[in-house]
Amino acid sequence: MADLALARVRPDRTVLLRWLRDYGVYAGVAALVLVNLALTPNFASLDTLRVQAVQVTPILIVALGMAVVIGTGGIDLSVGAVMAVAASMISLYLGYGPVAAVLAALLAGAVSGLVAGSLVAFVGVQPIVATLALMIGGRGLAEVMLPQLDTFRNPELRALGSGMFLGVPYVVLIAVALTLVVVFVVRRTTFGRQVLAIGGNPAASALAGLPVRRVLIGVYVLAGVLAAVAGVLATARLGASDPTRLGELMELNAITAVVIGGTALTGGRVRIAGTVAGAVLMQLLTATLIMHNLPQSWTQIASAVVIVLAVWVARERGRN
Amino acid sequence: MTGPDAPLAPILETAGLTKRFPGVLALDEVAFSLRPGEAHALVGENGAGKSTLIKVLTGVYRPDAGSLLFQGAPLRPATPLDAQRAGISTIYQEVNLVPLMSVARNLYLGREPKNRLGLIDFGRMHAEAERTLREYGVSVDVRAPLRTLGLGAQQMVALARAVDVDARVVIMDEPTSSLEPREVETLFGVIGRLRERGIAIVYVSHRLDELYRVCDRVTVLRDGRVVHTGALAELPRLRLVALMLGREVEQVRREGLTRFSGERTASADEPVLVAEDLRVRHLVDGVTLRIRPGEIVGLGGLLGAGRTETAKAIAGALPLDGGRVSVAGVPLRRRSTAAAIRGGISLLPEDRKAEGIVPGLSVRDNIALAALPRLSRFGLVSERRVDRVVATFMERLRIKAAGPHQPVGELSGGNQQKVLLARWLALHPKVLLLDEPTRGVDVGAKAEVQRLIDELAADGLGVLLISSDLEELIEGSERVVVLKDGAVVGELVGEDVTEDALLAAIADAAGPDGTAPVPAAPGGEAGSG
Ligand SMILES: Nc1ncnc2c1ncn2[C@@H]1O[C@H](COP(=O)(O)OP(=O)(O)OP(=O)(O)O)[C@@H](O)[C@H]1O
Ligand SMILES: [Mg+2]
Repeated sequence: MADLALARVRPDRTVLLRWLRDYGVYAGVAALVLVNLALTPNFASLDTLRVQAVQVTPILIVALGMAVVIGTGGIDLSVGAVMAVAASMISLYLGYGPVAAVLAALLAGAVSGLVAGSLVAFVGVQPIVATLALMIGGRGLAEVMLPQLDTFRNPELRALGSGMFLGVPYVVLIAVALTLVVVFVVRRTTFGRQVLAIGGNPAASALAGLPVRRVLIGVYVLAGVLAAVAGVLATARLGASDPTRLGELMELNAITAVVIGGTALTGGRVRIAGTVAGAVLMQLLTATLIMHNLPQSWTQIASAVVIVLAVWVARERGRN
Repeated sequence: MTGPDAPLAPILETAGLTKRFPGVLALDEVAFSLRPGEAHALVGENGAGKSTLIKVLTGVYRPDAGSLLFQGAPLRPATPLDAQRAGISTIYQEVNLVPLMSVARNLYLGREPKNRLGLIDFGRMHAEAERTLREYGVSVDVRAPLRTLGLGAQQMVALARAVDVDARVVIMDEPTSSLEPREVETLFGVIGRLRERGIAIVYVSHRLDELYRVCDRVTVLRDGRVVHTGALAELPRLRLVALMLGREVEQVRREGLTRFSGERTASADEPVLVAEDLRVRHLVDGVTLRIRPGEIVGLGGLLGAGRTETAKAIAGALPLDGGRVSVAGVPLRRRSTAAAIRGGISLLPEDRKAEGIVPGLSVRDNIALAALPRLSRFGLVSERRVDRVVATFMERLRIKAAGPHQPVGELSGGNQQKVLLARWLALHPKVLLLDEPTRGVDVGAKAEVQRLIDELAADGLGVLLISSDLEELIEGSERVVVLKDGAVVGELVGEDVTEDALLAAIADAAGPDGTAPVPAAPGGEAGSG
């Protein structure tokens, strides 16, 4: 259908593609909401909204870091493993109290980011290779630290996962706050500008005296810490540390959210609002299919279609 | 094939060609016609629409309206490859080959010679590539990646590729902007041979002498409209400039064409820049330079002489194997671009596309890029201060853009260059290293840039000027240091800075058969001639 429309109104093609790239993801979210309002019983309820919002938080938080990494032209495959490491750290350090456990988990995320960033910035390893190594190593490490699922009873940590403030779950509040912080960092700080410049033209950035290495390391540390936060929140909600399963395929989901949100994989552009919408779109898509009892494979196919569409739009735009 | 008896029927003709970008009408009903075997100059200010016209002709952009006839039949190329297959070949303003592939692969990309198994016949490809390139005065290892070649040689590969595909029309968008005088001669030789074969040339350049040397006819664009088309020889130079700029001939005459005042007297002060015994393995071999405040020092030499590398070494962009750099008496201790910038050294790099602009970022962000730390507090950008700096420089350099928020990648080549200049001037440097500062800049803007350099020097800035435009080098510098193989082989001072002396110095440095003595050469190499 879209194809026909494109073929007929040729002069408007560029405009249409640009519109699709910039707003397509919002249109997609709106369309899914409308479909669900029409077809899914009880969709328009506060409970549904709350469940959806809670479920989207891990992808969303991880995708925030991923968007910034992708903005430099890099990629971070280690985020899922970092979530698992965070889960293990929680279990290991919960004896020292919940605050210590959470800090240990975040520290682990930062260290992982530091390693990835140093490999990329100083050794010159390609981001995909460096973080692939960390992805495999990190998951292994998490399982060595904590070989099996470990349920905990710590009330504070459980409250973090399932408590609410004025009817809004803590995890959602935290996700919103982190989104605002990342938007601020990208838009208003020198660091944010430098991320975009380095992604857009690394050689020019180096000649302009930008601290390229420092920025690259900072970006991976940010992604690592955000992944650790996602790991902590997911663990808290689960009431158990599950280093074997937690964060599986998270890297791909996060990359998908970023890409359909209109951030180019080539770097030089970061769209946080689009990324949020991308994460919401993926979540709604999954939820819609599940609520209608369709098998999981459908969800995967649907996501694949969305990704292909997003990449196609980005590519076609580049041609004109 | 077109018969030799039909020289007057245009081979390429457009009517009413229109192309609109958001905010600008880049082409406004352009009528352009090209005859077989002619060399047709396409001129106009930066942003006049020359590159856009070329991109529409070759299928990079689709026109919004208008028609294109090629060899009498309508043509609507959808891609540059389409156009190339039809017989229109192009060398774009920004070299666009594949830097990581070998020279030979680049030359034959998409039409590699195949062996019987349908695989690429590398032996034949390399042999043919070597033979072809030698005709263009390029003798290099064709197996090496293209990026190991200098820009000039890369340009020659692009040219060889464009011509080699059996073209009827060859379009050249500022082909000489990265070429050495010697390479320019080779290019002109090639153009002559092409014309004898009935191939038509569209030639875009901001260097007027070249136009008068190679072209028969000219089309002048201004703000996307054709304002003149006709024989070039009948058009006096001043009138041509006046047409391009949209001014009166008298006004142009009064203002002159180059804006270097030539009246600077360098102060007898201590040098603002001292670079001693710089060494970078294989590239720079013990270069020593001193620049006093208010002085413009030229750096002469052929391609590969180490001019760009010297500038980069001073600016901390190349790791030094030895040597010292100090600014206003203060030695730079850490070797990095950031340290050099903090010390007051700014380098305008030679390769605008690869090392200069960040195409996706706005004009504003590109200008503010290097000065960002100074325009922020506690890591937060002060938008107000950025706006002020950007507004100042957009006005001062007359940057033509839809606004400060337009992505730089959408600006015309010359305006991109001005944005870069603004980026470096925004740092208020003490020493400015300019590597081809007016490459691709139109006559009007070139004079502005030159006047600006002059003004900056008058304000006490030390300037190092690298330019393959000899006229610019000579009129701009009061002293020219000549390099060969990364070493200083001569120096021209004051009255001696003339085109002849410079050519002699370069030639002497270049070849074993050069006999002219290098004026004021401080020993060493010069004695060996
Ligand atoms: N892709 C684009 N998107 C938006 N505007 C564009 C784009 N390409 C060119 N323009 C605009 O169209 C106008 C003509 O640009 P063009 O590149 O054709 O100029 P030019 O004559 O080649 O200049 P120069 O001598 O500097 O190379 C300029 O105002 C430019 O900003
Ligand atoms: Mg141009």
